Amino acid sequence: MLTPDLLQAIFFYVFAVMVLGGGILTITRRNAVHSAMFLIVSLMGVAGLYLLQQAEFLFAVQIVLYIGGIMVLFLFVIMLVNLDQAAKEKQFNGQWGIALVCVALVGAQVSYFLWKGGAAFRIAQPNTAPAPAGFGNTEMLADVLFSEYLLPFEIASILLLVAVVGSVVMAKKRI
Amino acid sequence: MYPITTAHYIALSAALLLIGTVGVLTRRNIVIILMSIELILNAVNINLVAFSHALNNLSGQVFAIFVITDAVAEAAVGLGILIALFRNKETVLADEVDLLKW
Repeated sequence: MLTPDLLQAIFFYVFAVMVLGGGILTITRRNAVHSAMFLIVSLMGVAGLYLLQQAEFLFAVQIVLYIGGIMVLFLFVIMLVNLDQAAKEKQFNGQWGIALVCVALVGAQVSYFLWKGGAAFRIAQPNTAPAPAGFGNTEMLADVLFSEYLLPFEIASILLLVAVVGSVVMAKKRI
Repeated sequence: MYPITTAHYIALSAALLLIGTVGVLTRRNIVIILMSIELILNAVNINLVAFSHALNNLSGQVFAIFVITDAVAEAAVGLGILIALFRNKETVLADEVDLLKW
């Protein structure tokens, strides 16, 4: 029996496997092009999670901007920079100790959560609030973005301008 | 296991953040370090969107847009630095760039 709850759970776990599997393969592959391909899988999983939470605009932005824009930029640089020699060398540096400390910290948090059980946390209750009716997600998002967050929006455009000029200057042969 | 709650999304986000952190700390290739930073920023975005959905407040999604803007700027500048570095030092491995080391 496929109830909406069960269907949502199935989709969540499919996307979660895409996100985590893609992420793990991204940081372990030897060839940087393979890493980029698995990162695309991971980002598509994240896009699916956005769609699952009724964030349609962010879903479109994730596909167009992340997968269409940033990943093409990454692939372009991988092709431009000759990585053949680097692929033959040692892939990991000796920082496993500090990485294990990070893993242990988050592992402690997760096990604390599991030990207390879902009933002790408000965030673990099923979301019962009805979705606001009327407009679609994109209209409401535009409303908030261009009224309440207008100044941060303009500052973000200046940030992008600085980044564009900076990356051109950085990649130029002679200034 | 189901219904899916906000806690599921937060656990997934923590796991993705962890994968990204381990990638940043242990890989030598600068391109893959930048990709791991993208993973970390995506983990943050999952968190923001999950709480935005749970609290019925769109501010979280607006912040996710700003995070994506930052990710774009960071990737562009980072890859520009990488090209300049490769032109000068002929390497893309992070631990071979040690001019400032004592």
